[in-house]
Amino acid sequence: MSSSNAAYTQVRPYTRGWLALMAGFGAVIIVALGAVWHMEHQGHWVTGMTNQVVWGMPHVFAVFLIVAASGALNVASMGSVFGREDYQKLGRLSALLAVALLAGGLAVLVLDLGRPDRLAVAMTHFNFKSIFAWNVILYSGFMAVVGVYLWTMMDWRAGRFYKPAALVAFGWRLVLTTGTGCIFGFLAAREAYGAAVMAPLFIAMSFAYGLAVFILVLSVSFKMTRRPLGGDLSARLLRLLGLFVAANLYFTALLHVTQLYFAGRGGVEAFILWNGGIHTTLFWVGQVGLGGILPLVIAYGGCGHAVRKRAMMASILVVLGGLAQVWVIVIGGQAWPLDLFPGMEVSSTFADGHVHAYAPSAWEVMLGLGGVAVALVIATIGMTALGLLPSGLETATESRGCNN
Amino acid sequence: MTELSRRQVILASGAVLIAAPVQARAPGEPASARSRWGLLIDTGKCSAECNVCVETCKAEMGLSGHDRPLTDAQYLRKVNVRDPATGAAHSVPVMCQHCAKPACVDVCPTGASMKRADGIVLVDRHICIGCRYCMMACPYKARSFAHEDQTGQQPYLPRGKGTVEGCTLCVHRIDEGRPPACVEACAAKARGAMLFGDLNDPKSDIAQRVAREATSRIRADLGLEPAIRYQGI
Repeated sequence: MSSSNAAYTQVRPYTRGWLALMAGFGAVIIVALGAVWHMEHQGHWVTGMTNQVVWGMPHVFAVFLIVAASGALNVASMGSVFGREDYQKLGRLSALLAVALLAGGLAVLVLDLGRPDRLAVAMTHFNFKSIFAWNVILYSGFMAVVGVYLWTMMDWRAGRFYKPAALVAFGWRLVLTTGTGCIFGFLAAREAYGAAVMAPLFIAMSFAYGLAVFILVLSVSFKMTRRPLGGDLSARLLRLLGLFVAANLYFTALLHVTQLYFAGRGGVEAFILWNGGIHTTLFWVGQVGLGGILPLVIAYGGCGHAVRKRAMMASILVVLGGLAQVWVIVIGGQAWPLDLFPGMEVSSTFADGHVHAYAPSAWEVMLGLGGVAVALVIATIGMTALGLLPSGLETATESRGCNN
Repeated sequence: MTELSRRQVILASGAVLIAAPVQARAPGEPASARSRWGLLIDTGKCSAECNVCVETCKAEMGLSGHDRPLTDAQYLRKVNVRDPATGAAHSVPVMCQHCAKPACVDVCPTGASMKRADGIVLVDRHICIGCRYCMMACPYKARSFAHEDQTGQQPYLPRGKGTVEGCTLCVHRIDEGRPPACVEACAAKARGAMLFGDLNDPKSDIAQRVAREATSRIRADLGLEPAIRYQGI
């Protein structure tokens, strides 16, 4: 357990910055809870969701956070499973962030249920044919597995369990993201989904989103607690992020090529790629441009900023592009009408045969942001209560420009 | 309630003939896999202007909406289908297809979406958590989400805000030995385009017609084996 060589210190609580941060997150959570109360009290008709677009903005946030959660654990896996010592010092923060992001995502998911009061039912009634039910088990198990993994990193007496726990956690996160991808990949009814490539795509997405969120939290927490963060590590994380972004772009391309190959799916592909309005814009500008190509340019191309700043910039873009990508998958996929009678023109009083509109309500956005705040509060409390943050990540040189 | 005309009385007697073979289930007796309830809909007898089945369904199920078509529940709808190549047009009643292999039942995490032994697909509102995954999985868009408080409920159809619902094939009537309300109304007030019965009973009209005549199922390619069959599309 090499991580024991590093020094870890807790974040000092009740400082002005700490209080301001927690007050800000707390305010967002209170607003989100107010939105939940309103949506639950009035019913979902106050949201933008309908009987055609049944999963809306809360699902965009929830899927993003859940996918990012498993990806955030990769940094720990790099150190423990793949033996990269540089990353071992980041293992504790990586595990904390994984749990925090998952908790935030699940909070959004649960509070968007039509009956959030029946959480106990979801935890006690399982239809084992359902990917959703499997995911409930995978999510709960992830918390436990990562908890044990974190314990083996923090307690030297548990050191002998470190490697096995790391392997289990790594395997679990892969299965978990596969399960999340399969929620969509097994839906044959919807033309935008129903492709096995959804599983590896979601894994690639998780690698990119999780690392981007990790870089942001690492950089901000180090800056706020005045800890030294070397440029070499940032450069390494940025190059890794570029690799993950490229993988995400590759599987995205593979998904669409697969879809185009399917007879009869040309319509939905034209919708997403060409004439789908906001969905097409979010695909090309948000997902591919801002969240894909630009981070690649920042990671590997030329620019004049310090590498830490570049890592931050690329990470912010990956997060924004990721939200756009999840929107395109979740909302864009539902906006395209079901094909009840292939080759025919259809219409009905139930909106058959035409593209479904969806505009998120402010309530849904508040709930989604509340999930982000929940994740960040858990991360902050974790860093405050336990020695999870390295006291410094010193490196020889501070890389500047593009020569890293 | 309006008086029935002589024509409607005569047509209603036809409905009794169409629906008569249904066997009532004794109280306490479980549904049996010996039966497989289904419908045969002749779209040639179904005009685009006619909404008798839809209106009857709403009344039978107490589906009082809020005049919000995108969020109000619809168990049964008329889908206007037109072939762009030939211009041929049909108006097709579409409801829950009560599939033998229902995608909604497969994906439901809690088991709230369920298939009875006799093939009727239902939602147990007591364990539905309102996740709406069944709505994502249903290729027929046959389910609705209760987006708000419900009023004017029928005692045989409890409806709850935040849960998913859909056509029950009028299971409350079937268990009493009566046909679904839409079938009865179509026979009484329209052209009798719907035939209800037990697909497993070789003596039933529906089984004999399905055996004798060409019928089709919507999205048969998905392999869900719906119990609702169509003629003329």
